[in-house]
Amino acid sequence: MWDDLTLLGFGAMGWGHALFTAATTTVAVSACAFALGLAIGTLCAWAKLSGPAPLRRLAEVYGVVLRGIPDLLVIYLFYFGGRQVATTVAGLFGHHGPVEISGFAAGAIAIGLISGAGQTEVLRGAYQAISPGTLEAAKVGGMTRWTMFRRIIAPQALPTALPGLNNQWQSAIKESALVSVTGLVETMREVGIAAGSTELPFLFYAAGIVIYLIITSLSGLVFRTAEWRAMRSQMPARAR
Amino acid sequence: MDIHFLLGLIPTLLSGLPLTLELTVFSLLGGGVIALLLNGLRAGSIVGARVADFYVFLFRGSPLLLQIFLIYYAPGQFSFIRHSFVWPFLREPYVCALLALMLNDAAYTSEIIRAGLRAAPRGAIEAAVVGGMSPLTRLRRVILPLAFRQALPAYGIEITGMLKSTSLASVVTLMDVTGIASAEVSQTYRAIEVFLTAAVIYLVLVTLVTYGVQRLEGWLSPTRTPLSARSAA
Repeated sequence: MWDDLTLLGFGAMGWGHALFTAATTTVAVSACAFALGLAIGTLCAWAKLSGPAPLRRLAEVYGVVLRGIPDLLVIYLFYFGGRQVATTVAGLFGHHGPVEISGFAAGAIAIGLISGAGQTEVLRGAYQAISPGTLEAAKVGGMTRWTMFRRIIAPQALPTALPGLNNQWQSAIKESALVSVTGLVETMREVGIAAGSTELPFLFYAAGIVIYLIITSLSGLVFRTAEWRAMRSQMPARAR
Repeated sequence: MDIHFLLGLIPTLLSGLPLTLELTVFSLLGGGVIALLLNGLRAGSIVGARVADFYVFLFRGSPLLLQIFLIYYAPGQFSFIRHSFVWPFLREPYVCALLALMLNDAAYTSEIIRAGLRAAPRGAIEAAVVGGMSPLTRLRRVILPLAFRQALPAYGIEITGMLKSTSLASVVTLMDVTGIASAEVSQTYRAIEVFLTAAVIYLVLVTLVTYGVQRLEGWLSPTRTPLSARSAA
């Protein structure tokens, strides 16, 4: 069994390069999804906190629906559903036969929408934790809404939101494994291919677990460092 | 979208509902037992606590789909497993999927239980000691009720999470609601209608569970019957 370990290396017989490329794809899909989720989360948190009634209702329905559907079904809907729509639309323009769509894009959008529902709650909670006095002071001081967001809201809400955002990021990485069903060659798919062609499923699926553990631990460390730095700048202000 | 197709679709998909519910209930039960064992291990010794920590790190840091594939495909690599008595079980996709779901659920649930057990304030425990409660009575009347109430919201999310996670069992050929939906799509090519209908089924289930847990939370809240009102009655 130990001879098989060279198969994980970067040599001529090794799967190292393929696994490394796949791992970067996993990080890329997760990062795109997380960024999309952050944008959606910010908008929905705003809508829920101080948006007009129809938008608030919309944000609530979005949250309930996305948190009530299995992640796998959301990805199926975007990938196979997207293909169905693309094929129908292409048919109207005289193109016949199925149209392929990108697994990367469908996956990133699907996970982004799931992540957005979670990030909405994280950001909303972080905003509500801001002491109202500072907001009143900013208003009385004559700050514009944008200045207030930049100088009062964001610096106070972000440190509170970081642990929650870290959780959402970790979920996005794990959900990205489901994108393998679209045929996108990310970590999950690559270890599956390797396991099949070498007939060493234990070796490669275990290696896959290790790759995910490395990605989640390293990025968790980044979040915790950011949290520590953000909190450090707040400490003296609180003590004063 | 034709209505006949949809009307025929709903009973087809619902035929996978028993398997979905069965997987959810069994994985929560099995996961709960393992989670309790993990907490016992954690309380037992420092080595035990490290083992429990590593278990949680392993199962929370990697995707459930990969865990299912590892348990389903990996034993076949070793001839000593293929020739042992467990092989007839480990060959079954149902057993593998359920095992993966249980082990995964245990990692999350053990953390929920751990947080719950820390919910009892020091004052309450001291009061129980001073009041002459035996350790067992203390556990039964002070620590566990507080832990249960504290853990309930997080556990509610875990229940719905497992309900949704059972859909992954479909990738190892199990015919739960998602498995039937996938099979239906490969026959009819109507991905949107079929997957949306399946999504609605899950949405209804999740909403029902969420509502039930919220009712239970309200019922168990101390504000429901204030102490003063109770003593007055």
